[in-house]
Amino acid sequence: MAKFPSEDWIKLFKDAVNSNAQYQDAAKTWEGDFLFVVKPDSALKEEATFYVDLWHGKCRDAALVKPGETKQTAFVYEGLYGNWMKLINKQIDPIQGLLTGKFKLRGDMLKVLRAVGAAKALVDTASKVPTEFT
Amino acid sequence: MWWFVSPAIVFGSDALDHLNSIEGKRALIVTDEQMRRLGFVEEVEQHLKEVGKLIEVFDRVEPEPSLENVSSGVDVANRFQPDLLVALGGGSCIDAAKAIWILYERPDLRLKEVSALTELKLRKKARLVAIPTTSGTGSDATWVAVITDKAEGLKLDYITSRELVPDISILDPRFCMKMPRNLTAQTGLDALTHGIEAYVTTWRTDFSDALAMRVVQLVFKYLEKAYTNPDDVEAREKMHNAASMAGLAFSNSHLGIAHSMGHTLGAVYKMTHGLSVALSNLYVMQFNRDVAGEKYAEIARGLGITASSTKEAAAALVSAQKDLMNRLHQPVTLSQSGIDRSRMVLDMKTLIERTNMSACTFVAPRVPSSKELENLYLYALEGREVDF
Repeated sequence: MAKFPSEDWIKLFKDAVNSNAQYQDAAKTWEGDFLFVVKPDSALKEEATFYVDLWHGKCRDAALVKPGETKQTAFVYEGLYGNWMKLINKQIDPIQGLLTGKFKLRGDMLKVLRAVGAAKALVDTASKVPTEFT
Repeated sequence: MWWFVSPAIVFGSDALDHLNSIEGKRALIVTDEQMRRLGFVEEVEQHLKEVGKLIEVFDRVEPEPSLENVSSGVDVANRFQPDLLVALGGGSCIDAAKAIWILYERPDLRLKEVSALTELKLRKKARLVAIPTTSGTGSDATWVAVITDKAEGLKLDYITSRELVPDISILDPRFCMKMPRNLTAQTGLDALTHGIEAYVTTWRTDFSDALAMRVVQLVFKYLEKAYTNPDDVEAREKMHNAASMAGLAFSNSHLGIAHSMGHTLGAVYKMTHGLSVALSNLYVMQFNRDVAGEKYAEIARGLGITASSTKEAAAALVSAQKDLMNRLHQPVTLSQSGIDRSRMVLDMKTLIERTNMSACTFVAPRVPSSKELENLYLYALEGREVDF
């Protein structure tokens, strides 16, 4: 069990991705790294950002970005903490989240739309990480 | 939160008369040569002229319109500067009109880059009226325009926006009376597949469920009648309404793997859309039985099919669709539809890649792995019962 968002959580997530055959199959052609930005709301006081490097079905690197550290990535996916909780609990899916304004995406949207199977498998993976929310 | 978006729908006999009441001075009719040959273009022109509208006609929409085809239409729009686009025809004409509309109003956009997240800001120059003549793709009621990228051999099924729903849909059954039997069958099966897929997607809502259920009931009651007796006005009207209702259902709830596969089969083998999705659906329903069996069973019960268990009811729905397709003289395997096994095996990597790229894949109740997709195609080829 790990608290979301935290370094422990993202490490568990990385391990889960790398042991998920379904994700590896769905994302075998995917190339692109992400910043997953968890914006504060009433339940979370401070913003947290994860760096996740996804490459051909594997997660090559995943870490909590340190305060003051900057990273350039192909994609940035951001939303309020409460919406991340709903996403991980599969109460909303990542595309509906974008369409309803609950999440924002910076980066090549078409590349993501052509890899929606991989996106779904990634969220499925996150939902399997034993997670403690605030 | 989610949405339910619909055009204003005018339906029934003489619905076309509503054209006389629609605002606008310059109307561009987007259509194809078949509509002209059938005299439909002239009928629509007559109504528009009666109220003093200036008219231009782009009648070169191709079946499964391509980016290049759309570009030709945009040239006509740019020269004529319409304030009203009138899409007259089947799904190809309506989708082409939507795509032309986008590029006419937003010449800064590239169609391939338009997605559900693009703010189109339409309706500054023109509004869109859709008059479907098949029953049908439901495109007169949907958020989406499906355009073919010939260079990549892909159907761009992600050109989607709530703004693309036509302002008005005119459902006048006079236009579908002359549909030949095979077209009647295949467009009707498209509507059926829309209804069934919309009922089981992960984005379905109470609104889409209500429409989807009614669509399936209407198709099972009236499609064969319209096929057997093309002059049956009631059957034609009911199917015409059902097709739009199906469009409303799936547009607001999305679709599934039957459409991912169908779009791919259409792009790779030029299979007609209605047949490709319905045939695929026979196998996809079996593939989904463990995750969506209860929903299929609800549809079966809605059709009055009695069964002793959910599993039996879901299986009965598959049989019912298969029997209907047989009665409509439609193939129920890909080999029956003319696809060669050795060719399919060679194309399999492409089929799988393109199916996975379809926007319809991710809301399916069960998303297949690459191996499962391969098997779905092979089982559909051979008519095998899905056992995985």
